[in-house]
Formats: sequence, C-alpha cells, structure tokens
Amino acid sequence: MTSTADHAIVVQHLVKSYGEKRAVDDLSFSVRRGEIFALLGPNGAGKTTTVEILEGYRAPDAGTVRVLGLDPQHDAAQLKQRIGVMLQQGGIYPTVTASELLHLFRHFYRDPEDPEKLIDLVGLRESAHVRYRQLSGGQQRRLALAAALIGKPELVFLDEPTTAMDPQARHLTWGIIRDLRERGLTVLLTTHFMEEAERLADRVAIIDHGRLIALEEPKVLTQANAEEVQFTAPPGLDLATLAALPAANSAREPRPGFYVIDTARPADLLAEVTAWARDAGILLNDLRVGHESLEEVFLRLTGHELRE
Amino acid sequence: MNALLAQTRMELLLSLRRAEGILITMIVPVILLIFFASIGLKPDDYEDPIDFLLPGMLALAVMSTGLVSLSIRTAYERNYGVLKRLGSTPLSRPTLIGAKILATMAVQVVQIAVLVGIAVAGYGWRPSGAFLWALLAVLLGTVVFAGLGLLMAGALRAETTLALANALYIGFLLLGGIVWPVEEMPGLLSIPARLLPSSAFADALRETLSAQPTLPWVNFLILAAWSILAIVVASRTFRWE
Repeated sequence: MTSTADHAIVVQHLVKSYGEKRAVDDLSFSVRRGEIFALLGPNGAGKTTTVEILEGYRAPDAGTVRVLGLDPQHDAAQLKQRIGVMLQQGGIYPTVTASELLHLFRHFYRDPEDPEKLIDLVGLRESAHVRYRQLSGGQQRRLALAAALIGKPELVFLDEPTTAMDPQARHLTWGIIRDLRERGLTVLLTTHFMEEAERLADRVAIIDHGRLIALEEPKVLTQANAEEVQFTAPPGLDLATLAALPAANSAREPRPGFYVIDTARPADLLAEVTAWARDAGILLNDLRVGHESLEEVFLRLTGHELRE
Repeated sequence: MNALLAQTRMELLLSLRRAEGILITMIVPVILLIFFASIGLKPDDYEDPIDFLLPGMLALAVMSTGLVSLSIRTAYERNYGVLKRLGSTPLSRPTLIGAKILATMAVQVVQIAVLVGIAVAGYGWRPSGAFLWALLAVLLGTVVFAGLGLLMAGALRAETTLALANALYIGFLLLGGIVWPVEEMPGLLSIPARLLPSSAFADALRETLSAQPTLPWVNFLILAAWSILAIVVASRTFRWE
C-alpha cells in the first residue's frame, strides 16, 4: 500500500499526450519520504513531462498524482511553499548575479534559507557577483540548484541536474544532493546519465516511451544477472564456441564487437577465454569481470541503448 | 520587504541593465523634445511650440516604457524560461504582473519629471491645465501600452516581439499624432490615425494640459476601448513558457 504519510510522491496510472504522441503512458510509482529517487531514461522518454506534472506545470490527461499529500493543480499555492524546482535548462535572468537572484527568491518564501549559506554550499562564493550569462554551464546549473533550495523545501525536483558540468563540478553536486538526503529532504531527479543514477539514487525507475520498465535499487538492477566476463573483439565471433567454454553459462553479443559471457566462476572463465583467444589468434580488448552496468541493464530491458 | 516590492525592485534593476531600453525610454524623447523645440516645430493653432511638443513627448515616453521596454524584457524572460521558473515559486502571477506595472510607473515618474523639467527650465513652459484629467490620461495610456506590450510578449517569439515593438514605436511616433497632429495628415489617412492609441493619448494630454483645458472624453473612450481590447486578448493568449 502506498500512503501519503510514508510517501512524498504517489503517481497512479498517469497518462499525458501531446497530440497523437503519448508522452506518459499509464505510469505508476511512489517516492518514499527521505529517499533519492531517479527517473532514468533516454531523451523523449517522458521524464520531464512526468516531473512537470508533479511540479504543477501541466495537468494530467488521466490518472492521479499526489505530492506531499497535495494535488499539484488544486493545491498549487500551498505546495509551492514546500517544494524546490530545478528546471532542465534556463529559468534565470541573464543579467542578474547569483547573489541578487537568491536575495530576490528569499522574499517569496515564508521561512527562507540564508542566501549566503547557499552560495557557499554550491561553491559559487567567488562568482557570487558575476552575472548569470557570464557563468560557466556548470556554475549556472549550481545556481539553479541553490535557487531550488532557497525555500527550505521538503522535496526537490532536479531535472538533469549535472548536465553541462565537468567531472569535478559533477562530484561536488552529487555530494550536495547526498547531503540533502542526510538533512531529511526527498529528492526526485531525472537523468540520462547512468553513473549518476547508480551512485546517487536509493531507487531507480527506468522509463522508456512513457512507460515504467523497471523500478529497483541500482545494485539489484545491476546484479540481476550474477557475474559476467566482458570484452571487445572483432564482431561476428561464434557465440556457440564461447558458450561451450567449461565455466560459461551463456554468451551474447549485445552490440557488434561487444561480448558478454555469464558465469558462476569468473576467475576460471577469464583463464579459459584468454587461452581460447590466444589459440584462435584473436586480440581481446577491455577484458573485464563485472556486473552489468546500468547501461547494459537498460539495453537488455528495452532493446536499445540509453543514449540515442 | 514583501514579494511585490522585492520583485518590483528586480524589475527596475533589469530595466536599468538594458542600455537600449534606456535609450528608447529616456534619451529619445528628451532629444526629440529639445530638437523640435529648438527648431520651433508647431501646428498653426499653437502659439508656443512647447505647448504642442511637451504633451506629445510625454505620450511618447509613457508609450515606450510599456510598448517597447516592458514587452521586450518580458518576451525574453519568457524565452529564457524565467517566467516558467517563477511559476514554481510562491510568487503569484498577479503579483508578478503587479510588480511589472509598478516598475513601469516608477520609470514613467522619472520620465515625466525629466521632460517637464526641461520644458520649464529651457523653454519657459508654465504648468497649466486640468492635472487630474492629465493624470487619468497617463494611467489609461499606461494600461493601453503595457497591455499591448504584454500581449506581444506573451504570444509571440522574443525576436518577433523585439521587431514588432520597435516597428510600432516608429509607426506611432511618425504617424500616430506624437510629433504632428493627425488632423493635418492628408485626406483619408487622418481618420484611422485618429483612432490609434498614440494619437488618442497625445491628444488627451494636449487637451488636458492646455491653458483652457477640456475634458477629452472621445480620446478617453478610445483609450478605454484599447485598454479593454489589450487586456482581454493578452489574458487569453498569454503563454508563460
């Protein structure tokens, strides 16, 4: 049972179409209070549409959504005091500085956070008086994150929070988002960046064509197929030969030239694969033992790659 | 400070940071006033050029703030997703529109003070007329041109708004009773020109600010009709994203 006491967000049988296209197609999921929940899917999967319905920007065609126990359409004024929103892009006056923006937004909320604390939190102290359009892409995203936090929200929506960030800024931002969870906030984020979902989220909903494909903890999703040995080699190798190696259970070639062999004894299989390749005169690249990555999970579940 | 005042202050800050906005709202009316007053441009039925020119330049200044400055700024805010982002904060839309109107009126107070100051100091203009009626004309003009500006900003692409706002500004300036009375336009052109909001506004100011002021009820009716048209169409067509 999903109750609004334990859940920050409850989505039931949500449908939203734009003309002929069903952007969201009978989608149901719930986000527990205090968790980081990721919507993972390729561009056009319906992530942003779903989030914008939860934020109150759009009305559903069918189905129900509850956010902090409220209806985003009818209880908008109440809800806006309690949520923070980071749009996928833009949303900030180009000629305004971080300091000016946060000091403006402060006046919209009943119990605002100190803007100076937020500037330090997102690492914009040295750029606090630089106009938005002169900030780097990553700095602009961090200011958008700070603006989402100014109202001391219980729940934040982060739509693709780390796009346009370099690795350093991305890790800084992941740290900030984890700290939000420590402080008891609920985070709903969308991403098409699997490492982000894997590292950050307590639970991941994989979405494709507006439908829910899977909903699990990241490690459950990626360990579904036990262990495996992966390598790249010329495309078109005989899969039956690979599957017949003593330690192998099955073999597949999900992309041309990329091979995955499932096994219960990865160390033995590794030795067998290298011996076979030496005898056959085949050069193996990127040979590794591992779990499926979320990208491979996505490929297996949907039949196509995450980035397209 | 409450949300309305904070947002009004932001709107004023944003106006000040657009140099081309200041050019069209402050500098152009001042230069035109000084230029035409110095060459003594006036229709035959005015004794002193400043009595004809000052109301026209006041109308131009008030018009440019709503029709050009407000519309272009708002159109780009929509384009940049700022209006959308503000929509998810507790700042209500009536408060946002209210802040934009307050900021527009604050700019107009400065414009009027500067233009009247130049007319008094440089050209011996002595305030006369029915000031309350003149104030009503300014308020009606503000609503008409801010309404037309927001109509464009909410319905058209930012680039289209930019081009159209400037085209309307030039059109009203040249053909809309601002620098030359529409009665003296050739033949049939004078009738539609008389119905333009700019000529109704400029004429209303000339009638109320003259030594023998009259109640410009026809022009007030024209301005009221334009106000209602702009508000009704804008509220139906305005898109926030």
